[in-house]
Amino acid sequence: MSDYQVLNTRAPRVDGPAKATGQAKYTDDFKIPGMLYASILQSPVAHARILHIDASKARKLTGVKAVVTAREAGLIKYGVSPARYDETLFAHDKVRYVGDEIAAVAASDQDIAQEALSLIKVDYEELPAVFDMFEAMKEGAPQIHDEFPGNMNAEVHQEFGDTEAALRSCDLVVDHTFINKRQDAAFIEPHSCLAVFDHSGRLTLYTSTQVPHYVMRTVAMTLQIPVGNVRVIKPYVGGGFGPKCEATPLEMSCGLLSKVTGQPVKMTYSREQVFLHSRARHQFYAEMSLGVMKDGTMVALKNKAVLDGGAYTSFGIATVYYSGSLLGGPYKLKTMKYDGYRVYTNKPACGAQRGHGGVAHRACFEQLIDMTAEKLGIDPIDMRLKNIMTTGDITVNELDMSSLGMKECIEAIRSGSDWNNKKGKLPKGKGIGMACGFFVSGAGYPIYRSDTYHSTVVIKLSEDGGVANVMTGSAEIGQGSDTTMAMIAAETLGIKLKDVQVHSGDTDYSVDLGAYSSRQTLMTGHATKEAAEQVKSQIASHLSEELNVPVSSITFADGIVKFDGGPGNFEKLRSSYIKEHRGWMDPPTGEYLTFREAARMAYLKAGTIVGTGKYKPPRLGGSYKGAAVGTSPAYGCSAQIVEVTVDLETGQITIDRMTDAHDCGLAINRTSVEGQMQGSLSMGLGECLFEEVKFDSRGRVLNPSLGEYKIPTALDMPKVKSIIVESSEPNGPYGAKEVGEGAIMPTIPAILNAIYDATGVRVNELPATSERLFMALKDKSEAV
Amino acid sequence: MKRIIKLTINGKTIEAAVSSNQTLLQFLREDMDLTGTKHGCGLGDCGACTVILDGKAVNSCLVLAVQADGSEILTIEGLAEDGKLHPLQQAFVDKGAIQCGFCTPGMILSAKALLDEKPNPSELEIRTAISGNLCRCTGYQKIVEAIGEAAEVVRMREES
Repeated sequence: MSDYQVLNTRAPRVDGPAKATGQAKYTDDFKIPGMLYASILQSPVAHARILHIDASKARKLTGVKAVVTAREAGLIKYGVSPARYDETLFAHDKVRYVGDEIAAVAASDQDIAQEALSLIKVDYEELPAVFDMFEAMKEGAPQIHDEFPGNMNAEVHQEFGDTEAALRSCDLVVDHTFINKRQDAAFIEPHSCLAVFDHSGRLTLYTSTQVPHYVMRTVAMTLQIPVGNVRVIKPYVGGGFGPKCEATPLEMSCGLLSKVTGQPVKMTYSREQVFLHSRARHQFYAEMSLGVMKDGTMVALKNKAVLDGGAYTSFGIATVYYSGSLLGGPYKLKTMKYDGYRVYTNKPACGAQRGHGGVAHRACFEQLIDMTAEKLGIDPIDMRLKNIMTTGDITVNELDMSSLGMKECIEAIRSGSDWNNKKGKLPKGKGIGMACGFFVSGAGYPIYRSDTYHSTVVIKLSEDGGVANVMTGSAEIGQGSDTTMAMIAAETLGIKLKDVQVHSGDTDYSVDLGAYSSRQTLMTGHATKEAAEQVKSQIASHLSEELNVPVSSITFADGIVKFDGGPGNFEKLRSSYIKEHRGWMDPPTGEYLTFREAARMAYLKAGTIVGTGKYKPPRLGGSYKGAAVGTSPAYGCSAQIVEVTVDLETGQITIDRMTDAHDCGLAINRTSVEGQMQGSLSMGLGECLFEEVKFDSRGRVLNPSLGEYKIPTALDMPKVKSIIVESSEPNGPYGAKEVGEGAIMPTIPAILNAIYDATGVRVNELPATSERLFMALKDKSEAV
Repeated sequence: MKRIIKLTINGKTIEAAVSSNQTLLQFLREDMDLTGTKHGCGLGDCGACTVILDGKAVNSCLVLAVQADGSEILTIEGLAEDGKLHPLQQAFVDKGAIQCGFCTPGMILSAKALLDEKPNPSELEIRTAISGNLCRCTGYQKIVEAIGEAAEVVRMREES
């Protein structure tokens, strides 16, 4: 075990009791006197010209306070990446998908707001629409954005080395294609926002977001409010997983309606609207060739991607880059070529979702490795170990694996699952499969080009010295970042975890880019550590002066202060503290000076003790076009083994067991790390086996509910064995790095490789439903 | 059209005028300010709005407030006693069964209804009892473990 007092333990979450008792407030739980209720009018057609909008009847309805359309909102374009701002708050010339926003209403209650929407008359001239990404790329396809001919939203072409020549030199080249389906994030809390525009011209948004900082910037830009006058507060958030990583029409509408009416305005999406807003996992088509030598050495990878982006860009540029860049490891390749295309279709926009851009392509690649290993007669694990990267390796596309416990993860699952006694030895209908993956610990660059710090943190001590208040704009969305920051602060200050209070998710507290790309532990963690060190050194220097001892003799741990490892002479501090706090409970006792007394003394000398910390990564990555996407100060990695039973008569798949190892560097909180690993597996399992957002022939979502869009229940999840692997990451605070997304990477291919092992059938289209597997089994038996 | 209903919520008798189309969920959240009961879908799919009505776990979005007339309701706010967490709440906190927390109130109440009926449930019975409560964060494993542990604590408490 480690020498840490707080880190690397199983400390209960700091927000646990609030969440277990119903006291934790989420955005929709807030009510403010005078608050109005808002709703958005969304297009019922997938592609049409807007000829006329008549809101006069809605405006006259009793109880309606405001109706806003593009006329009131203006036409300022926004999006995620400034390189592709292609949305306006409300559609003005065209609607581009069923659900495109046209107007918003604020009224004295929800029913009136809803009725008002039905009174807004919109005349449409319907246009031909296109819903399939391959159809959208064809000549003559309906054009969705004039600025992007051929519906080509973004193209990426990258090559490292001469891939064609390398493939020609290989002993064996194996090809594979793979296609997934659009996934929904299915967080349980629908988006919600409460906007308060006050008389001083300040807009405060309480909103269910992963990224208060980006919401602040986007809303300020679209509503033309000075950015310093926009404050975004993120109450507790009921899950995000990616789609809450950008400003929403809901937030902008509430802000605008509050500005127009001068009253607080709240809006919450229905579950159907969550599906319509989407911004979740794209549909990806992957086409790959892997070239190897006879002994299993991987040489060249050729990768082509086509992404169904939906009607707008959202995060999509980053997504289409990630589908290429995240295949650079964790295997040593000599050459790699990537061609990626993101295509517009008349469907809700796709964006970032757990394992951003990498999941489907990882699924294809890890199947391809198994297919290759089989042809070469090599065990899939040995094949991977032969090519595995280790700490210090740099991928062919220049990603620096500053720590990488990939080999340790593979060894851990091999023994943890008893692979050697199972692989090739299971009866018909039972199978075992494995896969690997890695992911960034925080994107190396912000979404907008800037030299901004990625995280700053302020730590302020209470005047009695008893509480360290950590103030951060970081976003606790369920992943446990508040607890992580509390633990890092407590460890660094040398105080007990209970004496730290985290105040997070508020743009007024500090700058933080938010909860995406698995960045909070590493980046906010660094800033928290630096702020705590600053506080500690201030206290030490005041102590040194007051007690006339050298700073180097002072140490802080577990709430007490030692001098040269002993109690030292601090009597005058204790008696003055007790004198000042006469009648208070809990006077300081014991043979050592407490942190509280030391901090009080520092306050009396210098005023409120405040420490600040900041973090931004150094310049990372190569200099080729798109080199920024995929860079990170560190990479987490995972290996998984899945065991399945397949009913060969019906194609029914049962996942029997999953064994999962993840290298997260130092596990700040072991329970939270396991929680992220297990949650990733369940999301991957759902995507693999049954999740699919379906559309009808007119572009309407067919299953916009959690009854018809199925996510795993407690009965769908098998027992999971979670093994934490801890490399020491030089670029992470206390050696820590990510776990929230890397852990999903191997899940789908591990399941599919296990299904192949059980049946001899390769599933190359998700979801791997029993029907799809049954048909594949039938095709196979007919072919024989 | 409003109707007067009389019911017990978390041990307190309440008399209130409700609209005939108002759901129990809306009544609890909007009229009673009991926002610990969550709205996740409004269709009975997700279980975030689970409360215990006359001893049974129900989706409060599928019950009309008028149907709850004369009934006894337990919401998450009524579970802790004298400021002390119920063993289920404590186990959820201790075992890491909570992440975003949005499913937690409903999940805990489904578990409570199970333990009231079956003090010593098998793992399959636990998984079945919470199969109507969706959680996207945890993969359920730590929730199942927490319920198992809480069952033990409750049994021991009742024996002593």
